[in-house]
Amino acid sequence: MPSLKLSFPVRARDFLAGGNGAAHIRQVLQQVGFPPEIIRRAAIAAYEAEMNIIIHSYGGELKAHITPGAITITAVDDGPGIPDIELAMQEGYSTAPREIQEMGFGAGMGLPNIRRCADELEIKSGAGQGTTVNIIIYNR
Amino acid sequence: MGEVGPLKLKEVQAILNAEVFTGMDKLELEVEAGFASDLMSDVLAFASCRILLLTGLTNPHVIHTATMIDAAAIVFVRGKRPDKSLIQAAREVGLPLLGTRFLMYDSCGRLFQAGLKGCSGDDR
Repeated sequence: MPSLKLSFPVRARDFLAGGNGAAHIRQVLQQVGFPPEIIRRAAIAAYEAEMNIIIHSYGGELKAHITPGAITITAVDDGPGIPDIELAMQEGYSTAPREIQEMGFGAGMGLPNIRRCADELEIKSGAGQGTTVNIIIYNR
Repeated sequence: MGEVGPLKLKEVQAILNAEVFTGMDKLELEVEAGFASDLMSDVLAFASCRILLLTGLTNPHVIHTATMIDAAAIVFVRGKRPDKSLIQAAREVGLPLLGTRFLMYDSCGRLFQAGLKGCSGDDR
């Protein structure tokens, strides 16, 4: 299997389209033939990362780099950044508006869910900067 | 109490007196466990195996969430009805959608009583 690179633009506040990028990544992983449990973890992490861009940022991009040994998912956005990453990683901590909570998200489970699915997780951010979330899931 | 084990969708349909919005041809399909929530992040976090998802939410994220975790089917509780676009989206991914007038707690209770376990591990 050659290495594959996928990329999806994600628009801020576009709740209806939210999840399309992750769904596409999941479909490709299925076609390539990854084990179901690996696909499930990658899909959940990608979906939460995509929703985070929609809910919190000014827009960004969801990317996937797929090799036989690992799936790397990267969510990059333009601002406003996460002032306190440690706080944002706590289950139940949320800054999402009420309308998001009515859609079933924004309960402070996004980043903790991503951490649960990831073998490696790196978050680069800061107040007033963009955010880059890098997720690696090994195929083992 | 019924025997603990998977339930066929047609059994779920009978127990919940449910309407089938899509997936009429998949009622022989088995569900291994149930998971009920209106919080999709919790579904993503805690649901395991081929579950039946019970929810009162009818937005596109319910379909996405069910797809991501390989759920077997969705039951909309409290008489909630999916719109045409939601039914179409579910049809495209082959996900059966059912609807019941029972409330969430009552729906879960009936299914549990019929032997459908939850996702908490060894819970009986």
